[in-house]
Amino acid sequence: MSTIDTHVQKPYQYGWETDIESDTAPAGLSEDTIRLISAKKNEPEWLLEWRLNAFRHWLTLKEPTWANVQYDPIDYQAIHYYSAPKQQKQLESMDEVDPKLLETFEKLGIPLSEQKRLAGVAVDAVFDSVSVATTFKKTLSEAGVIFLPFSEAVLEHPDLVQRYLGSVVPHTDNFFAALNSAVFTDGSFVFIPKGVRCPMELSTYFRINATSTGQFERTLIVAEAGAYVSYLEGCSAPMRDENQLHAAVVELVALDDAQIKYSTVQNWYPGDENGKGGIYNFVTKRGACRGRNSKISWTQVETGSAITWKYPGCILQGDNSIGEFYSVAVTNNRQQADTGTKMIHIGKNTRSTIVSKGISAGRSQNTYRGQVKIMKGAENARNYSQCDSMLIGDQCGAHTFPYIDVRNSTATMEHEASTSKIGEDQIFYCQQRGISAEDAVSMIVNGFCKEVFRELPMEFAVEAQNLLGITLEGSVG
Amino acid sequence: MLDITNLHASVEGTEILHGVDLTIKPGEVHAIMGPNGSGKSTLAQVIAGHPSYEVTAGSIVFEGSDVLELAAEARAQAGLFMAFQYPVEIRGITNAYFLRAAVNSVRKAQGLEELDTIDFLDVLEKKLAAIGWEDSFLNRPVNEGFSGGEKKRNEILQMAVLEPKLAVLDETDSGLDIDAVKAVAEAVTKLRSPERSILIVTHYQRILNYLTPDHVHVLADGKIVRSGGKELALKLEELGYDWLRDEAVAIS
Repeated sequence: MSTIDTHVQKPYQYGWETDIESDTAPAGLSEDTIRLISAKKNEPEWLLEWRLNAFRHWLTLKEPTWANVQYDPIDYQAIHYYSAPKQQKQLESMDEVDPKLLETFEKLGIPLSEQKRLAGVAVDAVFDSVSVATTFKKTLSEAGVIFLPFSEAVLEHPDLVQRYLGSVVPHTDNFFAALNSAVFTDGSFVFIPKGVRCPMELSTYFRINATSTGQFERTLIVAEAGAYVSYLEGCSAPMRDENQLHAAVVELVALDDAQIKYSTVQNWYPGDENGKGGIYNFVTKRGACRGRNSKISWTQVETGSAITWKYPGCILQGDNSIGEFYSVAVTNNRQQADTGTKMIHIGKNTRSTIVSKGISAGRSQNTYRGQVKIMKGAENARNYSQCDSMLIGDQCGAHTFPYIDVRNSTATMEHEASTSKIGEDQIFYCQQRGISAEDAVSMIVNGFCKEVFRELPMEFAVEAQNLLGITLEGSVG
Repeated sequence: MLDITNLHASVEGTEILHGVDLTIKPGEVHAIMGPNGSGKSTLAQVIAGHPSYEVTAGSIVFEGSDVLELAAEARAQAGLFMAFQYPVEIRGITNAYFLRAAVNSVRKAQGLEELDTIDFLDVLEKKLAAIGWEDSFLNRPVNEGFSGGEKKRNEILQMAVLEPKLAVLDETDSGLDIDAVKAVAEAVTKLRSPERSILIVTHYQRILNYLTPDHVHVLADGKIVRSGGKELALKLEELGYDWLRDEAVAIS
């Protein structure tokens, strides 16, 4: 075995399961399932209608097949669409949360108890279909920031939710967005009022635990004029032989002069080395820069999932608005990733930057797919795209599909692409200087991803670097 | 310092070295010369532990211990350094960062405390001053966008910082103009010491004008066919490798 092969193998660290009694809906999807979810959450009538409408539309759609990924057909009737840890009553404080749940998140490195919380980061912890705890609620509400589990936000701020829900990703957007709109269970809702700079990082951690369930969360972030927020999501799941579906929708809205920075460290279970099990991560994420001078930045580090299908994008509607996409996608073993972004320039002087780093090891396939569209009225729009691929070993694949559509002749477009390979010689060079093969791969990969890592909030940049080291450990021999 | 006995090595099933014997004592400078394809670079790579080469017979003993059992990084940690003929580029990692990672890996293996950024910069500045070079490429990515001469100089800087017991210079003079050869050779000369041995692998005699060897060996067809003092290099320069080949034919 070559140095490269042995280096990428290291078992998934978060593959354990929490033994907890749960309240799970029967498998299958029908209008009754949706009524059940809506009833469990005491939702208002309009939301139930909204869900049913999405479901009826979904029934008319076919699963998309254009992505460069392969999997057996998904049986949507075999999935449980709702699963929640059993809990007797409404919780008054964190002390009442089931200790097993607190322990679960602690093991994941997300302490929720008052004493151990991450300094400067407010966390919403979502376990299967429900949010189990949100920290720093009080500090945030003093600043006027709303950071709530989605189902609570529906009850406490129905007007805000109704105004923005589906306004960026309508249920008609695509197959998985329609499915999510019908059956979404929980997620986070963030509202930063006019002129407020959110005093801390906000973070949601998603954990899939129950077997045969899907996770369908919905996140909605609204930054009013002049507001600023930095938000981070993380995720993991137990190791199971079956594939589990995760179909989320994330909508961001930035009004005049507002800024939203959205970072993801995705570490869903990727399946074993033969491609058995793992999460199907079919996610729709989009931000609308509605206001003048608004800015939305997506930073993602994707290391997990058996299959990834996601294209966080920006609709640059406001004049002078800015969209950014920084991505590191690592695939190993039999993982498949088809990921990239969409930048739609509508307003004048809009700018977008795309920096994508794909790293493929093992027998994985890693695809960058990106669309840049300059509409007629987008005078002086500018895009810069850079897509770099790195191959580790000789059995993996890297693919790039850029789509560019320019309808205004004042646009400036730049596109750069490169493909490189970590070779034995590069590793040997480091080893000859006393650096181990594992440290060498980690160093080479981190150097390759530097432009993306420096966009992450400091604490998470370190986490991302370590995660990359773990994901690739054993890929060199 | 280094004892190589009856070394046979192959790459992809083809034997390149057919029984090399070489002994280097502390403080000595040896030069291995030979025509293209004679096995010079193979010998350097085998000493350093490149995984593509298989040793089929013989031994390499460095500082009293058999290094054939050791991985390349362990050999480096024990004080064995090779300046590469083709130094590798590492994107996004600065020279300073890379050097610190290397020094700290070695220190860690030797049970010494790792150096922090500030202490390391002190060390680095002293080394640069000692070999008379400016620090302009410390913050550039490792070898990326370097000229041929800069890459070779960077190898010597790494040698200066890592302070090896034995440095193998694999065609450090190749691809350099005469001024660059001189600059590199003079820097290496400054790094000579009674405890440090140097093995220069080269095709040409000219680097030896500035870096005087104690012993010169000629490698041909995977064997050392002639050893002598520095005058052997001059004779080779004058008569070419054919002279030895003709002589070998005459003897047989």
